Amino acid sequence: MRHLSHLKRLEAESIHIMREVVAECRHPVMLYSIGKDSSVMLRLAMKAFHPAKPPFPLLHVDTTWKFREMIQFRDSVAAELGLDLIVHINQEGLDQQIGPFTHGSSVHTDVMKTQALRQVLDQYGFDAAFGGARRDEEKSRAKERIFSFRTSNHQWDPKQQRPELWNIYNTRVGPGESMRVFPLSNWTELDIWQYIYVEDIPIVPLYFAAPRPVVQRDGTLIMVDDDRMPLAPGEVAEMRQVRFRTLGCYPLTGAMESGATTLPEIISEMLVAQNSEREGRVIDHDGEASMEKKKREGYF
Amino acid sequence: MLESERAVASQEVSESVLDYLARQSELDVLRFITCGSVDDGKSTLIGRLLYDSKLIFEDQLKALEFDSRKFGTQGREIDLALLVDGLAAEREQGITIDVAYRYFATEGRKFIVADTPGHEQYTRNMATGASTASLAVILVDARNGVVTQTRRHSCICALLGIRHVLLAVNKMDAVAWDRAAFEAIEEQYAAFAAEIGLANVYSVPLSALKGDNVLARSSHMPWYEGPTLLSHLEQIDTATDSVEMPFRLPVQWVNRPDSTFRGYAGTIASGRVGVGESIAVLPGGRTAKVERIVAGVDEHDDAIAGEAVTITLDREIDVSRGDVIAAAVARPESSDQVQATVIWMSENHLLPGRSYLLKTTNRIVGASVTEIKGRIDVHTLQRDAAKVLELNEIGICNLSLDAQVAFDAYGENRTTGSFVLIDRVSHETVAAGMIDFGLRRAQNIHWQAVDVDKTVRAQQKQQTPRILWFTGLSGSGKSTIANALERELLAAGRHTYLLDGDNVRHGLNRDLGFTDADRVENIRRVGEVAKLMLDAGLIVLVSFISPFRAEREMVRKMVGEGEFVEIFVDTPLDVCEARDPKGLYGRARAGEIKNFTGLDSPYEAPEDAELTLDTTTLSAEAAARRVLGFLDD
Repeated sequence: MRHLSHLKRLEAESIHIMREVVAECRHPVMLYSIGKDSSVMLRLAMKAFHPAKPPFPLLHVDTTWKFREMIQFRDSVAAELGLDLIVHINQEGLDQQIGPFTHGSSVHTDVMKTQALRQVLDQYGFDAAFGGARRDEEKSRAKERIFSFRTSNHQWDPKQQRPELWNIYNTRVGPGESMRVFPLSNWTELDIWQYIYVEDIPIVPLYFAAPRPVVQRDGTLIMVDDDRMPLAPGEVAEMRQVRFRTLGCYPLTGAMESGATTLPEIISEMLVAQNSEREGRVIDHDGEASMEKKKREGYF
Repeated sequence: MLESERAVASQEVSESVLDYLARQSELDVLRFITCGSVDDGKSTLIGRLLYDSKLIFEDQLKALEFDSRKFGTQGREIDLALLVDGLAAEREQGITIDVAYRYFATEGRKFIVADTPGHEQYTRNMATGASTASLAVILVDARNGVVTQTRRHSCICALLGIRHVLLAVNKMDAVAWDRAAFEAIEEQYAAFAAEIGLANVYSVPLSALKGDNVLARSSHMPWYEGPTLLSHLEQIDTATDSVEMPFRLPVQWVNRPDSTFRGYAGTIASGRVGVGESIAVLPGGRTAKVERIVAGVDEHDDAIAGEAVTITLDREIDVSRGDVIAAAVARPESSDQVQATVIWMSENHLLPGRSYLLKTTNRIVGASVTEIKGRIDVHTLQRDAAKVLELNEIGICNLSLDAQVAFDAYGENRTTGSFVLIDRVSHETVAAGMIDFGLRRAQNIHWQAVDVDKTVRAQQKQQTPRILWFTGLSGSGKSTIANALERELLAAGRHTYLLDGDNVRHGLNRDLGFTDADRVENIRRVGEVAKLMLDAGLIVLVSFISPFRAEREMVRKMVGEGEFVEIFVDTPLDVCEARDPKGLYGRARAGEIKNFTGLDSPYEAPEDAELTLDTTTLSAEAAARRVLGFLDD
């Protein structure tokens, strides 16, 4: 008797979730962050609706501080797949020249990411937004629902989350309220890499080790991706063989020294890794229950 | 994964990471739930599984050491429970308040763990975790044995269709690793499990805190020769063989990119399907053959339970979201009336008769609970009587749906046999339901009419519904008193309605005259209307001459004991004739009106009226107060 492998089950579950949203929600959108999880999510969407195109646009909230290679990758993927891509930048934040070097990571993330996301969701009136978050990423995510209810202020209230039984999802919302939907909830980091490998999914080259210009900041290796990076007098970026385990705004994303230039090498490094993947993100360490606080405010 | 296994994996990478990946991708997954009372050590056990299988990274460990000093309950030792107690709120309270999902893998299997709280008020979370699990790890404290919570959790697991139970007898260190203590608990639980129909139960003595018999065998309990907790989890065969069950594909979405393709997308709930096979579409039963099976971007000859596919049919038949495509030879039931086991999950209790949204795996319809047939005691699975269901209560209910749906009994198919109820206004998920069987329509409508609705509506209005039946001659003062009474009742916050003879004869009964037959029909109709209003929970005031005893008795027998209150407005004919408020007596005496009660048509005064009002001595207000006084008694 045939049985379904773990990966096939995860794939089917994600597709089921996406179809349910398309069948029941008025105006869905897929948050496309360009990272490996987004790449997997996008592949699943292509499968879920084949031979039709995914019946929703992609949305990228551009903080203007993403790695340049991410932006190139984003545009080529959207063009190749023939998908609608909405790129949103918080114009007010841009006018005020908000940035991670001048305002710190939390102000920058709040204005250019969280506030920007709220703006664009309101502007288009999206009632459901797919995100690539996984429960294994962080402690407060472990209790996140697959369909996460947000108030009309985009707020997440743990008391208002609905019980999710079987594969039955309550997609009902009132005027102005919305759902964040996480089709990859039950995937682990290893599952994501395995799927990318098995399915041969293109990912941003930054995930593979290459010589890149980096400087040391508070024990973290930061890549000098453009000339907005302020260098101390006499400080010079040095070329090191590095790769990234997660991708975000380049000044807030730590690189790791690595020789892994292929997927099997990345996976083997992951299997012996001593640090969890979010450790490379500066914002998660901003204090006790920091991710939970951001979620309450409307961060993904 | 064990550290040794990680090392093995890393060596393999240099040789062939591909083999490793191939093996990993073939692994199946076990979804299980952990449950136990507060302080039984659930979080510690899961923390131990993650910690011992080296799934805790160094940065998390550092944070854990910091947290253990701040919140920990283990003194200077690392508090493993803090690894899994995620939300800030629950860390402050020191209890787990929601369902959390954890992931780990070994060489033999991948695992998804639903960690659920032990607190009684959070039963809904346990049901949530159990709904997707095929095995339950039930923790008991070796010092306390099987307690009320253990019974409750076991019953919920049984109700939700979990067939495999691992009884983890924890804190063996606290009973000096005593074999007799373990065996007594094992025996006690086995007897209980048999009672509630849990067949596959295994027991393991362990200490989550110290790690004994979790991953590694305990040196403290050489007398235990069975597998450790983790080996059990790796080896237990929970495959319900959903592939061997009849084919079911609940249609989620119709895929029509252009005129050349019309596919039906959904996840196969059970069974398998192949190209060319005959299928039926339920409800309705239209048949066709499978033409193509699309999975992702590829086409296949067949597909099995669990796969998300899109299929096309060899002929154009009407198929929409909400339908179930099934094997033509083994079809699901279709009905708009079902009996189901319902777990109530809302602070607002279940209101029979209220319309909710019922969502199955692929469809939403309006639905109401027509009757609560009983409440299940979650410590014994025995049934007792109940008229409402409150938060965390489980009831057997009849439901009436606005449309036919296709379903299987939950015991046969968890996917096509389950549903949730959604509040139409707040949109919260208020209940989870498991279908027991379909009902014939008449069976169910019957209940809707006679029992549940009246009681609940009356409770909602906080009053005793009654028919106050005023009888007496024309001009006796019936309407005046009834009017005065209704004003008083309204002022007291009661919900009332006044049916007045003259008014009703202008509408509902305008086809009726004043012959005896018409007078009987007049009263029969008014009686039926009053009964409906009684059913709606109202206090109904009826002001009708109603001259015949038989019809008044007929109405009395139409309703329940004590609900019909006959009030005789006793005014002598000569007094009525002297008042003659509408000039009717004058016209009747002049021969202009025939069959006038009291003159040329008889009036049969009541013999056993609940109340007699003498209007020659009482004002209308005083008479109304007499009725109020009667009602208060």
